[in-house]
Amino acid sequence: MEKYTSPEETLTEIRHLMERSSRFISLSGFSGIFAGIYALVGALAAYYYLNAHGNADGKDAYPPGVPEYDQLLFLAGDALIVLILAIGTGIFLTTRRAKKDGNSLLDAAAKKLIINLAIPLLTGGVFCIALVYHGNTFYVAPAMLIFYGLALVHASKYTRDDVRSLGMAEIAMGLISLFMPGYGLLFWAIGFGALHIAYGAYMYNKYEK
Amino acid sequence: MKKLLVNFNKAFESRVRLGIMSVLMVNQSVDFNTLKELLILSDGNLASHIRALEEVRYITVNKQFIGRKPNTTYSASKEGKKAFHAHLKELETLIRGQAV
Repeated sequence: MEKYTSPEETLTEIRHLMERSSRFISLSGFSGIFAGIYALVGALAAYYYLNAHGNADGKDAYPPGVPEYDQLLFLAGDALIVLILAIGTGIFLTTRRAKKDGNSLLDAAAKKLIINLAIPLLTGGVFCIALVYHGNTFYVAPAMLIFYGLALVHASKYTRDDVRSLGMAEIAMGLISLFMPGYGLLFWAIGFGALHIAYGAYMYNKYEK
Repeated sequence: MKKLLVNFNKAFESRVRLGIMSVLMVNQSVDFNTLKELLILSDGNLASHIRALEEVRYITVNKQFIGRKPNTTYSASKEGKKAFHAHLKELETLIRGQAV
């Protein structure tokens, strides 16, 4: 029977096991950077589209009142492409990293993380659809940021603690944008673009270098 | 030094058993295969250590069916948690003793 040589070694292994069994830590920092880049490109596309289609100052993706059907369709499609690219790249890079580290990708910890992320995120998604449905498009960008931030804070229990800080920053962006009408798109770009890039770079430096 | 070791818990002597307890401390319940993957053990090896922990009532076993497949999950019992904490404290004392 194997025995420990030193209490320090024992404690290190206990800690390691506790972390590996309850948290999913293979999430690649690069996926954050890519998600941020996609979001920035998506936001730029929305900006130019709205500028070209008579949304005078172009600052707001969600002008007061009900937007035209075409605009809505473009923005929804734009957001969907950003989302699919971000998730796709994230899955690809995280799979690669998990393989490299010798961890299994969809272990119990990963499943817990996904479920706990999904509950607030899907709630937020339905909430945003309802906002658009009722014509309150101004609230969509803040609501996306706030729900995403809450989802991250909630899910941080099941992954690196640093995710909590990212969540707090997203919530702050969402709350501030609530009081800055006309700058929804700008805050959306900062929250989903710049913050993701900064966070991804930070995580890469801290854990993967 | 020798005297400190007297308080060491025999049930946690093996790293496998300590490993099982570590995982169960931070997870409400864990199934057999997850434990096997985490600790990188064979079925028989893990089963015998689980039995040992079960005998001293440090863990509880819950058997149920998911569809037709039997699914057994394990949780740390109150006694087990207490013993684990005591064991950690003991390790801590040991490290402090070395440092001084």
